[in-house]
Amino acid sequence: MLSCKEASRLVSQSQDRRLGWRERMALRLHLAVCDACREFSRQMAWLRQALRHFALRAEQDETVRLPSEAAERIRRALHGHD
Amino acid sequence: MTHISGDALLVEHGDYLYRYALLRLRDPHLAEDAVQETLLAALSAKNGQGFAAKSAVRTWLTGILKHKIIDHFRRAQREAPLPDGEFSDGDLPPGMDDFFLEDGHWTEPPSSLGNPAALLEQQQFWGVLQTCLDRLPKALARIFLLREIEEKENEEICKELEVSTTNAWVMLYRARMGLRKCLEMNWLGDRNAEL
Ligand SMILES: [Zn+2]
Repeated sequence: MLSCKEASRLVSQSQDRRLGWRERMALRLHLAVCDACREFSRQMAWLRQALRHFALRAEQDETVRLPSEAAERIRRALHGHD
Repeated sequence: MTHISGDALLVEHGDYLYRYALLRLRDPHLAEDAVQETLLAALSAKNGQGFAAKSAVRTWLTGILKHKIIDHFRRAQREAPLPDGEFSDGDLPPGMDDFFLEDGHWTEPPSSLGNPAALLEQQQFWGVLQTCLDRLPKALARIFLLREIEEKENEEICKELEVSTTNAWVMLYRARMGLRKCLEMNWLGDRNAEL
């Protein structure tokens, strides 16, 4: 039987690689009997989704703009290049 | 053939490129540098000259910026690499560590975040997530963002950042554990305080 520590590692790694047959079985068995790790596993899937939403929002957030002094510095650098 | 001017690119795409860079580099100065390098590279490149559509130009610029960001990550990883193998103490801020007891049981079992889908609808939640990302050690945040936001394959990340696969798994695990814990502490903590 996996410990919760081992199970949590496998949950995380399952997002990064395909687990082996033995690992999948062991994890499934653990999750079947452990509420804490089942909750953890749900949260890991959710966290990935949350990060993607977060990135989309951040890229589209028009209140975040290149500061005007920074824009001025860049403009000068570009002119030096022209 | 139209000549692209640096000023026009800056006006049209500067804010977007800055947001894109800031999200990943998490530092205004680094983001500014990345935008500047990108526009400089764009001006000296020949292949962008023919684009008519604004969206095509943006895609092209974003592609250049991505490479600049990866270059930065690689340099940072070289200069301050994380120790190989299992690292424990000191790589996460206090309170975001010590997840398990000696016997492998949770020190504190994950508490329910409530309705996770509804969380994503709440403005306040994004602020908490931002804070928690900022609290992650930089090396962990770098690899984690590449994995989750860029949806890059593990092997690709390892090659780009020059880390071993095993080390990448450990780093991603630490990042997820720390972030989850931080969200739990700050989000649930706040919410309970309001009740
Ligand atoms: Zn468990």
